[in-house]
Amino acid sequence: MAALLVVDPGPLATLQDLGRVGYQRFGVTVSGALDERALRLANRLAGNEAGEAAIEFTLAGGTYAVEAAACRIAVAGGDFPLSINGRRAGAYASHTLKRGDRLAIGRAQSGTRGYLAVAGGFDLPRVLGSRSTHVRSGLGGMDGQPLKAGSRLPLADAERFDGPDRWLKTSLWPKARDVVRVVLGPQDDLFTEEGKTTFLSSAYRILSQSDRMGYRFEGPPIRHAADYNIVSDGIAPGSVQVIGSGQPIIMLADRQTTGGYAKIATVISADLPVLAQCRPGNAVRFRAVGVEEAEDLRAAMLDGIERLAAAFYRAGSAADDTANLLGVNLIDGIVSPEEAPPR
Amino acid sequence: MSVSMPPSQKPADPPRFLPAGDGAVVVEFGSAVDEALSDRVMAMDARIAEAGIEGVVETVPTYRSLLVVYDPLAIRARQLIPRLAELAANAGEATTVGRRWVIPVCYGGDHGEDLEWVAKVHDMTPEEVIALHSEAIYRVYMIGFTPGFAYLGGLPEILHTPRRETPRTLVPAGSVAIGGQQAAVFSVAAPSGWHMLGRTPVRTFDLKRDDPFLIAPGDRIRFSPVAAAEFAALAARAEAGDIVAWHEEEA
Repeated sequence: MAALLVVDPGPLATLQDLGRVGYQRFGVTVSGALDERALRLANRLAGNEAGEAAIEFTLAGGTYAVEAAACRIAVAGGDFPLSINGRRAGAYASHTLKRGDRLAIGRAQSGTRGYLAVAGGFDLPRVLGSRSTHVRSGLGGMDGQPLKAGSRLPLADAERFDGPDRWLKTSLWPKARDVVRVVLGPQDDLFTEEGKTTFLSSAYRILSQSDRMGYRFEGPPIRHAADYNIVSDGIAPGSVQVIGSGQPIIMLADRQTTGGYAKIATVISADLPVLAQCRPGNAVRFRAVGVEEAEDLRAAMLDGIERLAAAFYRAGSAADDTANLLGVNLIDGIVSPEEAPPR
Repeated sequence: MSVSMPPSQKPADPPRFLPAGDGAVVVEFGSAVDEALSDRVMAMDARIAEAGIEGVVETVPTYRSLLVVYDPLAIRARQLIPRLAELAANAGEATTVGRRWVIPVCYGGDHGEDLEWVAKVHDMTPEEVIALHSEAIYRVYMIGFTPGFAYLGGLPEILHTPRRETPRTLVPAGSVAIGGQQAAVFSVAAPSGWHMLGRTPVRTFDLKRDDPFLIAPGDRIRFSPVAAAEFAALAARAEAGDIVAWHEEEA
């Protein structure tokens, strides 16, 4: 069986794709990659559809060995040092490995999450439509659990890939930011004007009690207008719940489907990857945008990834700086669509 | 001159449409736990499903609201909200009457560690608690917390019991429990501060079934006490894939 052997999974590695869609009404957590942008880029570099399942790792990547005649891999996300058989190799690049090759992914120099994609994907069953691992309910991935040393991840179609390896130069990697954009609501009317101003004008530090379910923050308390409890309703990704003490908790991929804290705002989907790369101790500020702008930014992010995929540097070939630089603007979500180049 | 209508004929306020980022809208009918609100949520949920709006990914019905998840690449909120408002205006009553389930429960002992305590708190015998709990008809307001976990309304007021001060780290799958004014059936083992009155062999979430989810929001549930021996027999059948819950009509 063609497989990728997990020699050492690092602190936390799980298989993730774009999540388990369609079962929230039955209490099933969506899960999926915390940094959707990096997952999509890793897959496109490996030559896959953007949403294929990849290994998501946290802070450090671990070590893997190839048990197949050939296997093309790509890593994207934070700034992770890579080595293949002890020799340095680049992130945001595909590498074609052969049987017995060892891939080691070290500690992130910056950023927090990384994604290891393999060409052809992993041959693991979809559970309720997704290969994403949700550890709490034991769904997806390998038996619903984080990867363990000694596990063999079966490769679906390891030896089938086309063309030379590809890479993305460092200046085009998504940039870290400490400003995260939000759409106010759905329960912003349950906060005082002063509370909303506090939320949008203060820095909030990410606490160590943060995980795939949510990030907890510490900063100036956000005042509720009345009760902080609401009768439970649905929780969108990026929901900013404010607990009784006035501190925000941002609900991420492994969030439960419903909850009873008032939600002052929702982080826009184009900025969830920015947040996913922040780590405990980092401070974040929130800025409000409208729904339409947030929708435009989502479209621009996805478009930017596909533009980059179309313009990946071929190893050894000349660079097309213009296309790539326009691409990075889009991918970082900084320019508005009006400033974007014509399609 | 305005004429005030009797309460039963007063038209309900239209729902509020609240943004939840760039991929979801909350359709909020009210802010309380209330059967009439839940009826409106379920009716709206049915209308959205029938309408088959392109770009609507899924809906999450809750006690009082509906989270409508959409793909902004297929439909924008400014297009979606007027369509939802139109559906809400013509939603009518929930036409799909929920199913009525009878769920067997073995009360007390190892199956319901808190039965005696709950009885003592309310100055009752365990038998009285069982009678009250199993005579009520519960409404499934929503499924959440864990896959298949059913939040039930309709717990007799006399049984309302505050949650444990210290939650248990793991309550077994199948636990039939109460917390505050709510009741529930635990689909999978989970930490909980609710009080365990009994356990059902019924698996409300089982991936081995074609449809892994037994109960849906809008369904009704009644609990039927069974003895330990019958519980064991039913549990063996459930292990083999039988649903072992039955519909009220057949009861």
